[in-house]
Amino acid sequence: MSYQINEELLRFRPKMAQDKVIFNDFNLWYGEKHALIDINIAVKSNIVTAFMGPSGCGKSSLLRGINRMNDIIPVARSTGEVLIDGKNIMGSGINVYDLRKRVGMVFQRPNPFPMSIYDNIAYAPLLHDVAEEEELDKIVENSLRGAALWDEVKDRLDDSAFSLSGGQQQRLCIARALSINPDIILMDEPCSALDPIATIKIEALMRELKEKYTVVLVTHNLQQAARVSEMTAFMYIGEIIEFGATRDIFENPREELTEKYITGRFG
Amino acid sequence: MMKLESLIEKALFLSASFSALIVFLITFFLIREGVPALSLNFLTGLEWRPGQEFFGTLPTIIGTLWVVIGAVFIALLIGVPTSIYLSEFAPFWVRNIIKSSVEVIVGIPSVVIGFFGLMILVPFIRNTIGGRGESILAGWIVLAIMILPNLISLTEDSLRAVPKSYREASLALGATQWQTITKVIVPAASSGIRAAIVLGVGRAIGETMAVLMVIGNPETPWIPTSILDMTRTLTSTIAIEFSYAEWGSPHQHALFAIGVVLFLLVTALNFVATFVIRRNKN
Amino acid sequence: MNPVSREKIMKRLLLIAVALSLIILPVILIWVGYNGSGIISIEFLTSRPRLFEYGGIYPQIMGSVYLVSLCTLFGAPLGIASAIYLAEYAPDNRITQSVRFFTETLAGMPSIVIGLFGLEFLVFYLQLKTSLLAGAISLSFMMLPWTIRASEEAIKTVPQEYRAASLALGATKWQTIVNVVIPAAMPGILTGVLLGVGKAVGETAVVWLTAGSGLEAFVPRSLSSPTGSLPMYIYLLATQAHTVEGVQRAYGASLVLLIMFLGVSVSALMARNYYLRRLGN
Repeated sequence: MSYQINEELLRFRPKMAQDKVIFNDFNLWYGEKHALIDINIAVKSNIVTAFMGPSGCGKSSLLRGINRMNDIIPVARSTGEVLIDGKNIMGSGINVYDLRKRVGMVFQRPNPFPMSIYDNIAYAPLLHDVAEEEELDKIVENSLRGAALWDEVKDRLDDSAFSLSGGQQQRLCIARALSINPDIILMDEPCSALDPIATIKIEALMRELKEKYTVVLVTHNLQQAARVSEMTAFMYIGEIIEFGATRDIFENPREELTEKYITGRFG
Repeated sequence: MMKLESLIEKALFLSASFSALIVFLITFFLIREGVPALSLNFLTGLEWRPGQEFFGTLPTIIGTLWVVIGAVFIALLIGVPTSIYLSEFAPFWVRNIIKSSVEVIVGIPSVVIGFFGLMILVPFIRNTIGGRGESILAGWIVLAIMILPNLISLTEDSLRAVPKSYREASLALGATQWQTITKVIVPAASSGIRAAIVLGVGRAIGETMAVLMVIGNPETPWIPTSILDMTRTLTSTIAIEFSYAEWGSPHQHALFAIGVVLFLLVTALNFVATFVIRRNKN
Repeated sequence: MNPVSREKIMKRLLLIAVALSLIILPVILIWVGYNGSGIISIEFLTSRPRLFEYGGIYPQIMGSVYLVSLCTLFGAPLGIASAIYLAEYAPDNRITQSVRFFTETLAGMPSIVIGLFGLEFLVFYLQLKTSLLAGAISLSFMMLPWTIRASEEAIKTVPQEYRAASLALGATKWQTIVNVVIPAAMPGILTGVLLGVGKAVGETAVVWLTAGSGLEAFVPRSLSSPTGSLPMYIYLLATQAHTVEGVQRAYGASLVLLIMFLGVSVSALMARNYYLRRLGN
């Protein structure tokens, strides 16, 4: 499988040339079901990469391969390699908890803990002994700023997370993921439970986040993929059909399936 | 970190198996102490005179059956209609009040209910109907009070579990609410109700204090012939006599043998009930 | 009789049954309250029985308090730990099914049988003698299945999403359980524990066989001394008191017992609400 990189993009984003996450012959099964078939792609750093495709194509499974959240599903097993910064995270000596400190995740429906806003953000830093109590305030503030939520909640950090609106809760979850300074942020259809205005805010946030982080986004919303990502993978029934610069995928798809999906001629 | 995790898992598993351990120990020790006294004569003998080493439990067993069956019957008589009302007719707030009121009864200690029976029911029976007052009848009422809450709770759950579509179909065919209840809903809930009955019987057999205080416990029990007769139950026999049964004596073994009988009966009943519930789910 | 009029009659009969169900609780409560309130006084609550039928019920109150507290100390952590295992770790296999089966069996065990077991195993075999300790441990056997049931239920109700979020932040399974799942399940767990406590407070048969005959007129001095308890004392007074004063004391003790039980239930509700508020619901 080959893909083209937009030369223009390369000029303005020299960091982008690095491969942050590489899948080598990665296969995943849920019991008998072959959910991901021979995945071979590289996710570049400091851009937004989108995985898109119809339901059941495996995009979420692929996303979860990056932080090994598939491990918690008893019937899941995989073969192949997943390299992050050149190191295979599927190897036997890997501490999966450290991995998840470096790879943050935001879920489809906002899932803040039943605690205060402050405690939600402080949870991971405290757990991993990352900071002293005094530094915690700073971490909470920085994380909330990073998620563009600070101004809205700075006066009510002790309120319950559930007192926030849906869009705010999702940004809280993003802040929580930022609290331990990951390199990579995974977003599994983060806007699907949100209203259009909240969606716009989060999409704007994604564009800011890629300055410091590598963002991988799963979405079923074509327009969203087109709006926010630099590279897109189109998946269908467990396989990557096409992967390349978003512009190319959308304006000049090479595969017929891709074209059908983009023009909406899918059943 | 992984090692700690698997250690924790093992420790938790041990905790969970503790219940199993207890049941094993109970079975083991009960059987060890009780088996020496178990014999055909034990179960069918008519005379219980520990002083002369007669350990026939037939009167006690029949007494227990009398008390339990009557109590369950009364509890059903009151409980099933109440459940029907709760499930089919009661407005939301009424249902809450009734359910709370009934459920708190579970919290009333059995001694207090026995005390109530002793002070109110026994004299009442003695004065208005006859006999000593301490009677199977008193046992019925007291025991029915104790098993009522669980019976209502389980029965109501079964009734509510019947799909709404059954009711709608029946009503659409012109049946009245009562006809729908008797011909459609209750039959559909029957396995759940049966399980509730079995569990109620189990609870009734195992109940000690409340029954003990009102049924009279004659020194030498006889096979009861009327509901005004005094009698003993398996549970009351153990409670009354354990303190003066010498350790290691046949008397003590006999009491433990009664315990074995109780244990087997109740466990078998619970097993049947669970089986019935599980079969209904499939 | 046509169906419509039958329906009317049946509805009336239903209501009679409902009325009967409804009056049980108030009748008993009022009966105990009315007869027992007369004797309640500071002296009654803080002095010892004299000549069995006179005096106060202080040792019995303390006996019950000690028994139940100790029983909770044994039973609650064990029950919660078992529930955690069953809800979070147990694979769906025969071993787990057997564990559940035995827990259910224990739940259905008649109290007198548990008393017999306590007598045989704890009092004689382990030589604990008729004592506070033997009584408390036996009570914990009774409490265990209820705590397990309620706690497991509460843990299972915690949304899966919380666990996923915690794991995705790099927490281990146990860290997730301790820091997120258990706190979130606290209302249900507390209710379960306090339910077990409520049952233990009123339990007579078990303590009769393992903790003391009820004639003890002193507060237990150590774990190995026999102890009285409110339920035992009520039983003895109810069946053997010869005087009006004796019977009155039975009412008084019953009232105190009911109030203790009420106190436990109310604390359960309050604790539940506290945790519900803290969880932001």
